[in-house]
Amino acid sequence: MKRGFPILAIITGLLLSFALYEALIAAPTEQTMGNVQRIFYYHVPSAWTAFLLFLINFVASVTYLIRRDVKADILALTTAEVGVVFCTVVLVTGPIWARPVWGIWWTWDLRLTLTLVLWLIYVSYLMLRRFSTSGQTPVLAAVLAIFGALDVPLVYFSIWFFRTQHPSPVIGGGGSLDPRMAHVLLINWAAFLCLAWLLCWTRYQLELVKREIEDAQARESLVEGTR
Amino acid sequence: MSFLAITRATLAKDVRLEWRSKDAINSMLFFALLVVVIFSFSFDPTAEESRRIAGGLIWVAFLFAAVVALNQTWARELRNQVLDAYRVSPAPANPLFLAKAFGNFIFVGVLEAVMTPLFIAFYKLRALGPAWELAPIAALGTWALVVNGTFFAAMSLRTRSREIMLPLLLFPLSIPALLGMVNATTAVLTGEESARFWIALLVAYDVVFTIACLLLFETVLEAE
Repeated sequence: MKRGFPILAIITGLLLSFALYEALIAAPTEQTMGNVQRIFYYHVPSAWTAFLLFLINFVASVTYLIRRDVKADILALTTAEVGVVFCTVVLVTGPIWARPVWGIWWTWDLRLTLTLVLWLIYVSYLMLRRFSTSGQTPVLAAVLAIFGALDVPLVYFSIWFFRTQHPSPVIGGGGSLDPRMAHVLLINWAAFLCLAWLLCWTRYQLELVKREIEDAQARESLVEGTR
Repeated sequence: MSFLAITRATLAKDVRLEWRSKDAINSMLFFALLVVVIFSFSFDPTAEESRRIAGGLIWVAFLFAAVVALNQTWARELRNQVLDAYRVSPAPANPLFLAKAFGNFIFVGVLEAVMTPLFIAFYKLRALGPAWELAPIAALGTWALVVNGTFFAAMSLRTRSREIMLPLLLFPLSIPALLGMVNATTAVLTGEESARFWIALLVAYDVVFTIACLLLFETVLEAE
């Protein structure tokens, strides 16, 4: 495990630099939007990564409630934190692109709203974890994660009722994407996934050590108390 | 004691306590009144405009006011360790939750019954659509607020600064419900479109989260 970390770090570094080159220089310029379109190579992979992390968070939360496995809880915490970071990237890059192309910073469209609501839910999840005082934080957080997951389809349907303005999904949405662009997109996604993995790994180890220290301190004070 | 008996006993106790102290209802009423007056000052709408915005205003006012009542739901049980006593008793958790949720439903319902005429007077409202639909919308919307509100109030008991924690947990999850209530109310008031879809959405929201709350409440209650 320990040896894998520098390898993953190197791979991530190389992939990110290559993806940067591909996105900014190698990818063809979009006909109507021009260079602004290149933000797409960061926006879309961030979104996919964030959604994947939130999905892992949900699975880990359910696992924690069933098995009460500490590792599942740490995984849930880690993926939620890193997921919020990537989701923030999506919410920041989106308007930067939308302003020159749509002429507006924001619109209450299906995907935009869904992403924003997801972000809000997961920020409230992290706040609960921060503010919770009892030793039962993992249970409460896992319950909230399940509520959040239940909320997503309802948000989806409530906003689906309005017409949607967002360009339809590029992969599996019937849209056509230049194969070279798709290629760059996938390289970027691979790079972002590696980065997310690296971040989660670091955070996971950190949290593991932190809990070990807390346990040791608790045990120590217990020993001192009985003396 | 049976499920129903526990629910009834807890509900009766809460309603009696509220009837004698009127803590929650008074603070809610005054708070909602302030919101209505402030909104009315800051927008000063014509009858046509107010039809479009009243649905949003009325529900935002109720949402904020409901938080006042929801925050007090469990605080009362913390004094004298009532909640701990309940936890060690053999009574199941769900009747307690249902009683609390029904109690809040009644309190927020009273609030709505008092505030709605005021709203109508201040905003010169007259529904152009089928006005009877407002009754199921109000009932479903209120239940959507209180069922999750009661649940999250129990959850935020175990946090620092719990009074502020409740809205932070409740509001993000309530977005689809709020959209449903606001759009259904606006649809009825303007009479331009049918409120059916939004009512169906509220029904789905209520069903999903009532089941989720009942399944997970025991986990939250025992978490200590």
